[in-house]
Amino acid sequence: MAASVVFRARAVTKIYEMGEVRVQALRGIDLELYAGELVVLLGPSGSGKSTLLNILGGLDTATGGQVLYHDRDLTRADDRELTEYRRHHVGFVFQFYNLIPSLTARENVAIVTEIAHDPLPPADALALVGLGERLDHFPAQLSGGEQQRVAIARAVAKRPAVLLCDEPTGALDSETGVVVLDALERVNRELRTTTAIITHNVAQADIAERIVHLRDGLITRIEQNDHRRPARELAW
Amino acid sequence: MKAIDRKLVRDLWGMRGQALAIAFVVLAGVATYIAMRGIMAALQRSLTDYYEAYRFADGFATLRRAPEAARRQLLDIPGIAQLETRVTAPVRLDVPGFGEPVQGVLVSVPEGQQPLLNQLVLRAGRLVAPGHPDEVLLNEVFAQAQGLRPGDRLAATVNGRRRNFTVVGIALSPEYLLQMQPGTLFVDPARFGVLWLGREALAAACDMRGAFNDVTFSFAAGTRGQDVIERIDHVLARYGGRGAVLRKDQFSNFAIHEEFRQLRTTSTLLPGIFIAVAAFLLNIVVSRLISLQREQIGVLKAFGYTNTDVGLHYAKLVLLVALAGGAAGVVVGLWLAGLMGDLYLDYYRLPSLDFSASIGSVIAALVLTTGAALLGVQRAVRRAVRLSPAIAMRPALPALYHATIMERVGFQRWFDQPTRMILRNLDRQPVRALLTVVGIAFACAILVMGLFFGDSFDFIMRVQYGLAERQDVTVVFVEPTSTEAVHELARIPGVQWAEPFRSVAVRLRHGHRQYDASLEGVPTAARLRRIIGTDLEPIEIPAGGAVLTDRLAEVLHLRPGDSVTVEVREGSRRTRSVAVVGIARQFIGMAAYMDLGTLNRLAGAGQAVSGAHLMIDRPAEAAITAALQERPRVASILAQERAIEAFNEMVDRSMLTMTFILSLAAAVIAFGVVYNSARIALSERDRELASLRVLGFTRAEIAYILLGELTVLTLAAIPVGCLLGAAFSAWVVTSLQTDMYRFPIVLGRGTFGMAAAIVLGAAVVSALIVRYRLNRLDLIGVLKTRE
Ligand SMILES: Nc1ncnc2c1ncn2[C@@H]1O[C@H](COP(=O)(O)OP(=O)(O)O)[C@@H](O)[C@H]1O
Ligand SMILES: [Mg+2]
Repeated sequence: MAASVVFRARAVTKIYEMGEVRVQALRGIDLELYAGELVVLLGPSGSGKSTLLNILGGLDTATGGQVLYHDRDLTRADDRELTEYRRHHVGFVFQFYNLIPSLTARENVAIVTEIAHDPLPPADALALVGLGERLDHFPAQLSGGEQQRVAIARAVAKRPAVLLCDEPTGALDSETGVVVLDALERVNRELRTTTAIITHNVAQADIAERIVHLRDGLITRIEQNDHRRPARELAW
Repeated sequence: MKAIDRKLVRDLWGMRGQALAIAFVVLAGVATYIAMRGIMAALQRSLTDYYEAYRFADGFATLRRAPEAARRQLLDIPGIAQLETRVTAPVRLDVPGFGEPVQGVLVSVPEGQQPLLNQLVLRAGRLVAPGHPDEVLLNEVFAQAQGLRPGDRLAATVNGRRRNFTVVGIALSPEYLLQMQPGTLFVDPARFGVLWLGREALAAACDMRGAFNDVTFSFAAGTRGQDVIERIDHVLARYGGRGAVLRKDQFSNFAIHEEFRQLRTTSTLLPGIFIAVAAFLLNIVVSRLISLQREQIGVLKAFGYTNTDVGLHYAKLVLLVALAGGAAGVVVGLWLAGLMGDLYLDYYRLPSLDFSASIGSVIAALVLTTGAALLGVQRAVRRAVRLSPAIAMRPALPALYHATIMERVGFQRWFDQPTRMILRNLDRQPVRALLTVVGIAFACAILVMGLFFGDSFDFIMRVQYGLAERQDVTVVFVEPTSTEAVHELARIPGVQWAEPFRSVAVRLRHGHRQYDASLEGVPTAARLRRIIGTDLEPIEIPAGGAVLTDRLAEVLHLRPGDSVTVEVREGSRRTRSVAVVGIARQFIGMAAYMDLGTLNRLAGAGQAVSGAHLMIDRPAEAAITAALQERPRVASILAQERAIEAFNEMVDRSMLTMTFILSLAAAVIAFGVVYNSARIALSERDRELASLRVLGFTRAEIAYILLGELTVLTLAAIPVGCLLGAAFSAWVVTSLQTDMYRFPIVLGRGTFGMAAAIVLGAAVVSALIVRYRLNRLDLIGVLKTRE
């Protein structure tokens, strides 16, 4: 693989402690993500996908092991450094969109571009996900698929180096899900953003260059996908 | 505008009802603070300027009579800078067309020029001219009350002789900010006035040529006033000196300083309560907002907003509400201060009120308000700041409920499911339930405090005029007179009963404490002026003993069985030790009482009386008044009915506005607390309630679940509020009590009922508003969105 390494995770563990109960969500993850690639994290519910993604995205910190973003050690970063990292390098897309209900589509994008260096204009970001016409609608006036595309526009508008998506189609029907995946694919292609998408849906994994299989907090297999299919051809 | 600020504005708009309710509470707090502090500062500043510009004296003394030559002796006292002798005399006036007795005091001024001290502010006309003994100046408040102007004429009786006066000017004096007739305790500007007459003219009228009976003086810088007072008393002792007083004890100055003291108390307590309530409301509203916006906070953080950004975001929201309320409060407060200023100037006659520099209190109010508001929300905001973005993206766990104690101990049979929901919800958030109760209780307490004065005054009336002073008319003689004069009064047709009294100026001492008071002699088996004990029964004072009013006993630390040293400050000038045999319950004025015979032996001058209390036939009142006015030895005639009227007028004026403002304030608080609690309960539980509606519960049933909780809290708050109100009242009463008044703590059932009713009313209004929203609960919408 000629492309440069963006993330390098070594022996990453994560233990949640809730009073008496300790949950080992990650049991030693080793993983590299490469610049510009589109990776799918696949695994059953509870296998630790979100936990891993949160750690890569600087939303959470690992209990053990090391995570490097280029040569920045995320496991050693304090809250201020993680905030700075998220602010300038990462875009997130969440399962339940998590738009700010009191802001319009354009404003939901603007709230992120206003604190970024050299962002896309919010209208351009929305056009990229095919929502150029719905700029001034509030989330409540948009369908689930449209809301998720606003969320994608919000995530990519600051031209992040990595785009992390946690079950972006989880709350959507398959037809709408296709539109959303298509938008992600397009962003990955046109902006060359390193993209990681979580799903528990095997069919969706076909859009990836590589597929990372997780189970019980461990990577069971990393698969090079030789039969890559565009999102538009998927159905589930 | 930045997108995050737009969010702020829209969030605020979304909770406008609650924000407005809180802003109103802030407004009330800031307005009362600004108004009261502003008024106080303005009064104090204007007063200082007034005293300075018009040379208000540092000390005052009255005496029986001294030759003008004694002035030299006084001037030689070290520390005296300026000294002026005067003549003062009581006067009875005939105001054309008024028909009732009018009393006054004549104070001498040098002809054709301002006095050295206590100079006059000429409001109309001119000073009295030399060689015109009929010229007088009137005190403005009296002139206004009687509609008198320069050029008007007045008939008067001075020292038993009829005189005619011409009004040449209207004036104010720093000595009489407040004019009150000695022996009464209420301002009655139409029936008592201060008049200034030329020194020559007044001396001639009351046989005081080459003599004086009043001295005012100022001190050189760095003088210890008390030393000078003692020397003056020493010099004047042989001329019948009645004890010099310092400026701080001068009546009108003392009264206005008492007012300042009261203003200081109320201007701390009242705004303090408002701001505390506002901070509490902000706390519950912002806590709720933040828990509703967990995920939004998570998103902002995920996208790189810093902790500071998030904290500032919510702090700004709070500041907007606090400052909006505060700014409106400043405007309302300044307006209120203007209104109050007029009221105060009507009462305390200062030439002007300088309102300029209240900017300090404006800043103080805003700083205090925003500080309190931020303090109120700091925990909630810190929670938002600390929220980890990963956690924020997960839905909050379902709230943890328990069976309540009442259910566990076996009462559960009695509760249906909705009632259990109410109980468990209260049980789950005991702190918030408690704070809500405290908030509502505060409202109730403020009401009790406002209404309580009504009860207190009623009680004063009952004791003072119903039990103690049952006379219709009090007649005071020019000087102590033989008892024969009382028999003469009794013979006036229409007079049913005349009862003599004597009052003597005394200094009472107990240990190192002393107090100058009047010692009143009352006849045995008095029927009209009775001394009422603490058990509200009349006291018969045994010969040789003295009874003190409760306040006086307190001041001197005396109890029945102790003995008190009585120094008579006129006539015999004897000093005796007298046993305290009882305590009188008296709310107005401070005095000591003795059996008339004992007092006569102590004070000398035989069987003398100072005046008499009369019981009369009502229809004969006018004729009796006329007959009394004929008598030259009668110095003043006081109709008890007038005193009661004046008392009621004063109560109405001061209490009505106060009660109204407090009631309004309390309603604002009660509404603010109940409405916000209900709105929050609704927003926390809309999903649950909508689900119940979907399951077939009626609107009334879900309203019961939501509003039942508030009803429980409101009902719990009312008794707490009543107790708190009683405590506030007790505190306010102690801080308002002066040597002139003390307020009994009497709390009628009506007061508690009224307070409860207003609180319930405010609660019902807010419940109705929430009920309206509840009825429009969007069942599908609520269930569709994910928490
Ligand atoms: N904040 C948390 N506290 C406690 N346990 C957690 C927390 N987040 C996740 N877990 C647990 O960690 C494990 C992995 O969770 P997660 O990463 O969300 O899985 P996935 O996204 O693959 O469904 C699960 O057993 C989950 O219950
Ligand atoms: Mg997950």
